[in-house]
Amino acid sequence: MKDLYQGQRAMRNMRRQAMQRGVIAVLDIGTSKIACLVLQFDGPSQFRETDGVGPMAGQSNFRVIGTATTRSRGMRYGEIETMAETERAIRTVIQSAQKVAGVRVDHVIACISGARPASYGLAGEIVLPAGKVGEGDVARVLAACEVPDFGRGREVLHAQPVNFALDGRSGLSDPRDQSGSRLACDMHVLTIDGDAASNLVHCIRRCDMELAGVASASYASGLAALVEDEQELGAACIDLGGGTTGVSVFIKKHMIFADAVRFGGELITQDIAKGLRVSHAVAERLKTLHGGLEATGRDDREMIELGGETGDWDTDRRAVSRADLIGIMRPRVEEILENVAGILDAAGFDSMPSRQIVLTGGGSQIPGLDVLASRMLGQNVRIGRPLRIQGLPHNATAPGFSSAIGLALLTAHPQDEWWDFDMPTEHYPARSLRRAYRWFRNNW
Amino acid sequence: MQGLNPFHRDQGAGGRPAPVRPAPARPAPVAPRTPRKDPAPSRLAYRLNRMMLRPLVRRLVHVGLPAFLAALVAGIWLSDDTRRANLTGGIDAIVDRIQHRDEFMVKMMTIEGASPVVDKGLRAMLPVELPASSFEIDLEKLRERVLKLDAVETVDLRIKPGGVLSAVVTERVPVVLWRHARGIELLDKTGHRVASVTSREVRGDLPIIAGEGADRAAPEALALIDAAGPILPRLRGLERMGERRWDVVLDHGQRIKLPEDKALQALERAIALNGALHMLDRDISVVDLRQEARPVVRLGLEAQNAIRQARGQPELGPDGTPLAPEATAGNAAKAKKKSG
Repeated sequence: MKDLYQGQRAMRNMRRQAMQRGVIAVLDIGTSKIACLVLQFDGPSQFRETDGVGPMAGQSNFRVIGTATTRSRGMRYGEIETMAETERAIRTVIQSAQKVAGVRVDHVIACISGARPASYGLAGEIVLPAGKVGEGDVARVLAACEVPDFGRGREVLHAQPVNFALDGRSGLSDPRDQSGSRLACDMHVLTIDGDAASNLVHCIRRCDMELAGVASASYASGLAALVEDEQELGAACIDLGGGTTGVSVFIKKHMIFADAVRFGGELITQDIAKGLRVSHAVAERLKTLHGGLEATGRDDREMIELGGETGDWDTDRRAVSRADLIGIMRPRVEEILENVAGILDAAGFDSMPSRQIVLTGGGSQIPGLDVLASRMLGQNVRIGRPLRIQGLPHNATAPGFSSAIGLALLTAHPQDEWWDFDMPTEHYPARSLRRAYRWFRNNW
Repeated sequence: MQGLNPFHRDQGAGGRPAPVRPAPARPAPVAPRTPRKDPAPSRLAYRLNRMMLRPLVRRLVHVGLPAFLAALVAGIWLSDDTRRANLTGGIDAIVDRIQHRDEFMVKMMTIEGASPVVDKGLRAMLPVELPASSFEIDLEKLRERVLKLDAVETVDLRIKPGGVLSAVVTERVPVVLWRHARGIELLDKTGHRVASVTSREVRGDLPIIAGEGADRAAPEALALIDAAGPILPRLRGLERMGERRWDVVLDHGQRIKLPEDKALQALERAIALNGALHMLDRDISVVDLRQEARPVVRLGLEAQNAIRQARGQPELGPDGTPLAPEATAGNAAKAKKKSG
């Protein structure tokens, strides 16, 4: 885990550098669209006390100066499938965002939605010789966490200390300077497929950008779509994206679980295209304009012109009732939600005090989804739109942008990660001494 | 082909012609649609675009490059001598044409308050021949040059509408003559030179002063002359001694030596003494008032000899040394002869 530690630290430094320069881009690489927001960090002095704007967890420090969206290419299930195509799409979106912003952006923070995320809860415990928690003890207890075998080719995306316990007093968020003899911590580690992550890094490098951070898209959309109380009391955010459906569970303002289902809105479109024998573009149009999940009697009578450009008159002049369309879409959405329910069960969502479920992402705009979801997942379901941030154009406030906006919020107010703490120093001298020894042996 | 059709076999050799069937309405052939251009910028375009967003590069391209090109074109164009000459000639011609418009021309010069000599000198000083453009006449410079004329105290130069260069001159008024080693000059009341004269008779009405540095003390001299009053008919002039103090020179070789400061009071004192004692009517060659507390009078030679005769001492010669008695007699005889 040393390499990862160094790599993440390098990204942290890059992010700090970018914040000093004041301009940073966040990039949400999804399966159906790629969104880029260019953020300008003006510092907290932008508003005065009299304006009634507090620090707001760093949200008042920045504003969006450029937004661009483009259709995603070469992506499947939230992973990069064709590098060159994805690179082109990233170039397009970055160039247009730069054009809107009028500034050059060198640093980018990206989020990745697929790549088979896996959550682990880690626990560690140390004895405090000083009888008091010092600065280094936090890092020591994080390093003391029992690391399970993640499997081959897995990379740690997030490693966040979630909870500290001091001599049986649990639920501490900041144990520093408190007295006690044993310090324990719980850490949430999110791993993803290493190849997918390195593909993403490579793609962004090829666009001449410096990667200043990577986050999980489900985590980011949870940050944007959940309100503060929901994050505190416990909630799950379900991000219905194009290729994947991300699930993240929050409690006490920390993410404790994240996963993704490899089903998404693209699959619904495919079902429509297959079921009605129309092209993909027509199916997408039908889904977005006429789609629904709850059929009523009126929907039988509402006929939808399919249209099309096959050249065959009969084929192009077909019409289906909206009930037919709903009949195609509903099973697929049910299947997605069943998978989500399975994930939530696996995460132990039932045992949480407040079982709030927030649906966001582009797929949450299907009419009737809240009714279906509350029937399948539980009563506390709402459709969540992302938080409003300064300078965001109206067309980027849709639920589909919640992971991009969450990433911007995460950039402004980063969550403590394991690599933010200085490693316990006892590892370093041994290693460098060994290196020096080896160098001497090789050269003399 | 129709012979092969089994349905037509029993219909005779002629057979029924095949019915004319309209061709089914086929969709018009759709022209292959040109694929949409890839909206993604090429790597080169992307890099160039990002480079152009650098402030330095942007400024260089938007400002530096056009400026450089303009300078380059101008430089190449101007590298030819003929073109350069044409350009400067053209500019000069335009400037010339504007400057020589009728509105800017000065046609005549009027001079007020100048004597004929100064008038002539002033006209000669004008750097250009009239009529000339007013741009060519530098009034400030001309004024400085005119003020260098000693006879001119102030001059007011202006170009009036209608092309008239007007000069209003105030001349210096000579009030005293100054005789020095190089000739005789006229001075005004501040001691500034007005003109030179060849002899004293040219301005017999003016008092005369003499000696080095007398011009610098001319105001004091004038005050002294004003104060001379009763002895004015006898006054021949003032002489500056050692650029420091004044001697009042009277006729019969009499002299009043005045102190360096408070000269006026000393002179008034001498005049008062004269009024009371008729001092200057006696045989006194020098009245020395240089020390205020102790005025000294030097007797003339005649008076001294009279006293010496009365005392029975040998008389003094003109050089101030005592004469032998016979020489004295001889001298007396000679003097008698001369006077006779």
